[in-house]
Amino acid sequence: MTLLLEAWQYIVDHPARFGQALFTHVTLSLAALLTASLIAIPLGVWLADRDRGALLAINVANIGRTLPSLAVLALVMPIMGTGFVPSWFALTLLALPPILINTYTAVREVDADAVDAARGMGMGPAQIIGRIKLPLALPVVFAGVRTAAVQVVSGAVLAAYIGGGGLGDFITAGIAMMAVPQLLVGAIPATLLSLGTDFLFGRIQRWLTPRGIETEAAT
Amino acid sequence: MTWFLRNWDQVAIALGEHIFISLSALAISFLIAFVVGLWAARRESVFQAALAVSGFLYTIPTLAFLALLIPIVGLGKTNAILVMVSFSLLILIRNIAMGIRGAPVEVVDAARGMGMSGAQVLWRVEIPLAMPVIVAGLRIAAVTVISVSVVAAYIGAGGLGTLIFNGITNDHAPKIWAGALTACALAVAVDLSLSALEHRLARRTRG
Repeated sequence: MTLLLEAWQYIVDHPARFGQALFTHVTLSLAALLTASLIAIPLGVWLADRDRGALLAINVANIGRTLPSLAVLALVMPIMGTGFVPSWFALTLLALPPILINTYTAVREVDADAVDAARGMGMGPAQIIGRIKLPLALPVVFAGVRTAAVQVVSGAVLAAYIGGGGLGDFITAGIAMMAVPQLLVGAIPATLLSLGTDFLFGRIQRWLTPRGIETEAAT
Repeated sequence: MTWFLRNWDQVAIALGEHIFISLSALAISFLIAFVVGLWAARRESVFQAALAVSGFLYTIPTLAFLALLIPIVGLGKTNAILVMVSFSLLILIRNIAMGIRGAPVEVVDAARGMGMSGAQVLWRVEIPLAMPVIVAGLRIAAVTVISVSVVAAYIGAGGLGTLIFNGITNDHAPKIWAGALTACALAVAVDLSLSALEHRLARRTRG
């Protein structure tokens, strides 16, 4: 209990430092999630219509999913150096597979009759994607974004090792100096941020699911 | 590459440590999950509780989880194994329970009708049918545990992460490459082989 009070005291004594770390953590996570979504969602839609290249891409994504987060961050460092940009790049790589796999699967599973009906109504390919396929696939696509978001917020804690900043800085410094209060200043907010992200994205996901459509969130 | 060739023994030792600590955590986790999973398969409330706690624990960032345990159990292997068990336990419970529940009612009824006791139905019908789902859980759990133990090197648990952290501190890229690439290779190899086993079991139980 005293440890918690000391951790709180630390935040009160260093508001700018804590605010800066929290801000970096959130910015880094958002940047990576946004970049990954902008790449993976269009790529997934495009791949869904193709048989050959698609299988390869999905297999690569499946392999990418198993790679340890810290190993990916560490591999980026000798190539790109340390700091915000290398961390952003590494976290984007980590966020791609879940979004890509969910988008691909969801668009492929869109009811073929709905697509035929749209074509019969005279819709072009772009309209079919924008007005039929994407809206129907949206809940599952967003489930992938949610998985990626939690992964990125957790991964951003590890970005401290390659100079990416964020809440992980307090944890690594706290462990290095065995200063438990300082370590909690990083660990507790990082945990809350991660749980909060999962909760928030879960809410949005439910809100995006049209009534009458039941989807099993693919994870 | 030359660093790797000259120091392959160092990499091999780290890999050995990594496998050992991951396997220890998985073994502990599996023993607990098996008992709880059997219970959860029969009781909806236990199953729901297991799912809720699993979702919660899985969301905690690895490094934060390791750090949160330091004031309680200190640095080292105990801390690392506790985190690894927490992360993998509930995936295993969920899949063991789901697998056993998945056995078709007619098959279980037929086994009972043939005069099998409850234990016989469990060991000779339900568990063999559940094997593909159990192996699928084991696969996710194994990959998770391998990933966690890379980070756990920071709190002194040993393994491939040690090479990565030494490389980062001394700005020695070959060490980072060796540690990170070996860790990736281990995760991919385990994932692919367990997934092959899963498919083979699935074909056998279906056929």
